[in-house]
Amino acid sequence: MAGKTLYDKVWDAHLVHSQEDGTVLLYIDRHLVHEVTSPQAFEGLQLAGRKPWRTNSMLAVADHNVPTTNRANGIDDPVSRLQIETLDANCEKFGVTEFKMNDLRQGIVHVIGPEQGATLPGMTVVCGDSHTSTHGAFGALAFGIGTSEVEHVMATQTLLQKKARNMLISVDGQVGPGVTAKDIVLAIIGKIGTAGGTGCTLEFAGEAIRNLSMEGRMSVCNMSIEAGARAGMIGVDDTTISYLKDRPFSPSAEHWAQAEASWRELTSDDDAHFDEVVHLDATTIEPQVSWGTSPEMVTSVNGQVPDPSSDELTAKREGYSRALEYMDLQPATPISQIMLDRVFIGSCTNSRIEDLRAAAAVIKERKVATSIKQAMVVPGSGLVKKQAEEEGLDKLFIDAGFEWREPGCSMCLAMNADRLEPGERCASTSNRNFEGRQGQGGRTHLVSPAMAAAAAIAGHFVDVRTF
Amino acid sequence: MQEFTRMTGVAVPLMRANVDTDAIIPKQFLKSIKRSGFGVNLFDEWRYHDAGFPGQDSSTRKPNADFVLNKPRYNGAQVLLAGENFGCGSSREHAVWALDDYGIRSVIAPGFADIFHNNSFKSGLLPIVLDKDIVEKLAAECEGSEGYQLTIDLPDQTVTTPDGEVFKFEVDTFRKHCLLNGFDDIELTLQQRFRIEEYEVSRRQSAPWLFDAPS
Ligand code: SF4
Repeated sequence: MAGKTLYDKVWDAHLVHSQEDGTVLLYIDRHLVHEVTSPQAFEGLQLAGRKPWRTNSMLAVADHNVPTTNRANGIDDPVSRLQIETLDANCEKFGVTEFKMNDLRQGIVHVIGPEQGATLPGMTVVCGDSHTSTHGAFGALAFGIGTSEVEHVMATQTLLQKKARNMLISVDGQVGPGVTAKDIVLAIIGKIGTAGGTGCTLEFAGEAIRNLSMEGRMSVCNMSIEAGARAGMIGVDDTTISYLKDRPFSPSAEHWAQAEASWRELTSDDDAHFDEVVHLDATTIEPQVSWGTSPEMVTSVNGQVPDPSSDELTAKREGYSRALEYMDLQPATPISQIMLDRVFIGSCTNSRIEDLRAAAAVIKERKVATSIKQAMVVPGSGLVKKQAEEEGLDKLFIDAGFEWREPGCSMCLAMNADRLEPGERCASTSNRNFEGRQGQGGRTHLVSPAMAAAAAIAGHFVDVRTF
Repeated sequence: MQEFTRMTGVAVPLMRANVDTDAIIPKQFLKSIKRSGFGVNLFDEWRYHDAGFPGQDSSTRKPNADFVLNKPRYNGAQVLLAGENFGCGSSREHAVWALDDYGIRSVIAPGFADIFHNNSFKSGLLPIVLDKDIVEKLAAECEGSEGYQLTIDLPDQTVTTPDGEVFKFEVDTFRKHCLLNGFDDIELTLQQRFRIEEYEVSRRQSAPWLFDAPS
């Protein structure tokens, strides 16, 4: 019999019951909750007279709507305020642990889960948010769910699921200096496309992945959903285990040794079967910049905007033309000539301490270009912010002309006051460049934190390796 | 949950690929703590010229006459013909609620993003996968003839055109069963309460740290 993949192992360990047609009842270990996708679920629970099955599996935080300035003054927007107050009230009522807006531990749900040790190897982790795939970096099976499923997990601690297919993405060899986890994942999506992983659980492997820190691995798994996969996973190794030591929600001293021994099993067996295998050569990956309105519309910083009229693009002509029109870009424009209005360093993809260090390292006493209207840094959590301040990174950013904000989703999706105006162009470390994502009519280019910082200083995209 | 058995309704074609959930219902409307009322803001940025915000009186807005849903011939549409990878992006179930609230009962596409596909069944919206050629053919027919209606039969798993052409589609047995009966998943799962409890007992032994309280 063939061995098991990492996904097979975690899946099998959570089967409560299997039906004949392959639908299974899957046990959920960790349920992360935020303000946008939970109110209707809490309400449903209450209307049916139910209670959460296991409140200590839940951890809640408000992140999507929170302001990133002047928190002491509360939330101006009454609709956002009501949503956050609703989360507070629900958590209070049902006894769910919540990090409130002014708690130092508050932050983006996918940053705080791992930071607290609330995401552990071998767990099933869900959240009403598609970037739950982030937590797969720990060898957990983590995926986003809709609000009805949020209610289902609250009420039953389980989900009705069908198993996905196994897809291995192996990034072979080492990336060059200045090439980051974000570039790797953008290159993967550029290769397999935004629907390339639909119906699959991805496993990222290969030397380039093994060499990444946990922060880097989270950036990669975060964008699994942009490749169409609900979940992306990475096998457990020393990097995983040392990250988890002594975190508040990590196993107690009494259970640590047993936990560690079991986590060491969480890699795919050598003879495991994958339904699909994709290889990328890490040595050829350059810093990436997206040019269009889907994350697969991406190229190297030294490349150019494609020309939809060229023969090899016949099949994609319509979509590409539409994207270029929205992005207000001419075919064959060199990426390095694209001028920017704003720069956003943040989001659950790239707002961890390592991301902020990489961005700060680019500055070298230079200033944000005068043509840039705004460059902002939004740390992923209060603890990331504190750590960065202890290292003096805030000062480097502020001196260069960046704004230093309070943690939250911010301009990743522009649900709070941080947004692009129509027609504005932004270099962003977030994960989605959809039309209107960062504000109606706004234009987003996805890049790594170092590339975003360099673009802020130059006013346009530049190759960070020679900057 | 709303039942789904058979229906006949006006179809509307929106064939661009990768229509994401941000496009289906933009984020500002996600601030609502309700499950209803999203229909007026379905495809908001495409449907209106002016920027939309929650709580606005939609009768004062400037509709984009070129957007397909605004064309009078598609009034009351119940079937959406869509392009590849429909519903990609964010997990917001609000996208399904918006389609449902607008009156769409079924989306027919060559492929759906996984989370959207899953969410649809929870609100009684039927996602149907047909070959790309077939969906494109239906869209072309639909554009070519005003009042074009499709009949969807879930028990038989068929889509029938006005000319009587019939296309078979696949649907998961369990999901079909739930949709036909309007079953509530949670109620069904709670009938297996004892199994969940048994699982927890054994899991507590094999992986006790999963039940540790935070320090
Ligand atoms: S940072 Fe952006 S992608 Fe991440 S959870 Fe927040 S809104 Fe979603």
